[in-house]
Amino acid sequence: MVVPLTHYLTLAAILFTIGVFGIFLNRKNVIIILMSIELILLAVNVNFVAFSAYLGDLAGQVFAMFILTVAAAEAAIGLAIVVVYFRNRGSIEVEDINLMKG
Amino acid sequence: MTEALPAFDIVPALPEVFLLLAGMALLVVGAMRDKDASRVVTPLAALALLVAALFVIGADKTADPIFSGHFVFDSFAAFLKVVILAGSAVSIVLAQGYLEDQELDRFEFPLLILFSSLGMCMMVSANSFLALYMALELQSLPLYVLAAFNRDQLRSTEAGLKYFVLGALASGMLLYGCSLVYGFTGTILFDDLGAMLLGTENGTLELGIGALVGLVFIAAGLAFKLSAVPFHMWAPDVYEGAPTPVTAFFAAAPKVAAVGLTLRVLMQPFGPVAGEWQQIIVFIAIASMLLGAFAAIRQTNIKRLLAYSGIGHIGFALVGLAAGTERGIYGVLIYMTIYLVMTLGTFTVVLMMRRQGRYIETIDDLAGLSSTRPLMAAAMAIFMFSLAGIPPLAGFFGKLYVFMAAVEAGLTPLAVLGVLASVVGAYYYLRIVKLMYFDEPAEAFDRQGRLELQAICAVSAVLVLGFILIPGPLLATAQAAAAALMP
Repeated sequence: MVVPLTHYLTLAAILFTIGVFGIFLNRKNVIIILMSIELILLAVNVNFVAFSAYLGDLAGQVFAMFILTVAAAEAAIGLAIVVVYFRNRGSIEVEDINLMKG
Repeated sequence: MTEALPAFDIVPALPEVFLLLAGMALLVVGAMRDKDASRVVTPLAALALLVAALFVIGADKTADPIFSGHFVFDSFAAFLKVVILAGSAVSIVLAQGYLEDQELDRFEFPLLILFSSLGMCMMVSANSFLALYMALELQSLPLYVLAAFNRDQLRSTEAGLKYFVLGALASGMLLYGCSLVYGFTGTILFDDLGAMLLGTENGTLELGIGALVGLVFIAAGLAFKLSAVPFHMWAPDVYEGAPTPVTAFFAAAPKVAAVGLTLRVLMQPFGPVAGEWQQIIVFIAIASMLLGAFAAIRQTNIKRLLAYSGIGHIGFALVGLAAGTERGIYGVLIYMTIYLVMTLGTFTVVLMMRRQGRYIETIDDLAGLSSTRPLMAAAMAIFMFSLAGIPPLAGFFGKLYVFMAAVEAGLTPLAVLGVLASVVGAYYYLRIVKLMYFDEPAEAFDRQGRLELQAICAVSAVLVLGFILIPGPLLATAQAAAAALMP
């Protein structure tokens, strides 16, 4: 049985939405935000690979490889910033990130 | 028999290759030196940026796209690259004094700016969604680190954290849009996509609902990078929290690069379906102009004020893009160049605001500056009048060109709103002038010992004042650049 393209696209759309909501609705922990960002990028990858297979065109899979690589670099920088933030603030609760407002 | 490999032409990418090699070499130099690394690397990094700009000026601007069509070098890219590289070099020079005072003078600072500038150069040359994404990330990742550069200070790290989260979200949205456009059109190359969309002529240019949703996501992602309303909320916090020279850099070169990228994406592959994105850009332009004008009024911190001012200026620049004509692009290019000079000049003055060795950021501290530091007050007044768009200063002409293009394209209401927004905006710029010239003097600022700050301040003031006398060179190159972008 072949899984149709729409199933992949729906899955990717759901993952993407969960990721975006994870960033905005989450009031607990910055780590969860980092996880949400990864989720968004993976949703995009699902999209690219599904389209690539559907179109019979390799460009989408190459793109997915590049995204994976950049996502790793992005996670490294994100975690580094969270660590220096934690050193200064002693907390990574999202509610505590409120020094500047307006 | 194996197929012959296509000729690997690297010449049009020479400035980028040079920057990359220079950056890596300087990284090694910095790691080898222990004490004075920053003193050695900083001037060399600025020099490398200027040399790369010379490469760009000297290069042949009519070459075909290289790297299988992913990278293009035309007059448009060349114009923006020179502006970006010059802006970055000035930002590096500006920063040195502040960094030394704050004991932040680590050699990574100029190198992060250098690598970010490399990303910006790739951005304006990107000719496919893959190149666009890679360039955008190469530009953004160093910017996240720069925002958190003062890593022992809570404000700076918080700025870095906020910028990272929202920037990563923007990249995600942009990518999701790219994936949809790829899936529904079958190509990631701008040239192929543009040709495909042109092919569906006969007055009914159809993008298809899937690719249209993709286009909207891409526009949202780009608006984030531009800090345009409704995706502007990161800008004031990041501008306030980041160290001042970093803020100066954020407000200058990356904005120009993001505008350049937006122009290329919307005008080239999506140029044939301009009707689809025009309304988005019109909305973003109006919202940014109005928010920039009204939200800045009650600010007390000068960096925050300049963040809102920057949001407003992006709105004005987008008016030219909304017109979607060659005249509009021409206006945007002139606007962004003038904006870069004014902004760097203003931030130089902000960097000179120092009392007893401490840097100050509140607007009230400028009170009575004309009696204590008359030259500094005069320069600041010039920048403020220019940002407000008062003739005969350069800022006026930037606005004039974009509004003219909008009127010619039949978007008169947009131009009228823009003029109204700039009138409201003039209030807070002129308030600063009033503070400096008519209020009781506050305590005097420290005598400024750093020559480079005074020089940059003087040069930008002269450029802003003198644009009306010799506008020719800028106008001519911007004209050629705008023509290169049109199909």
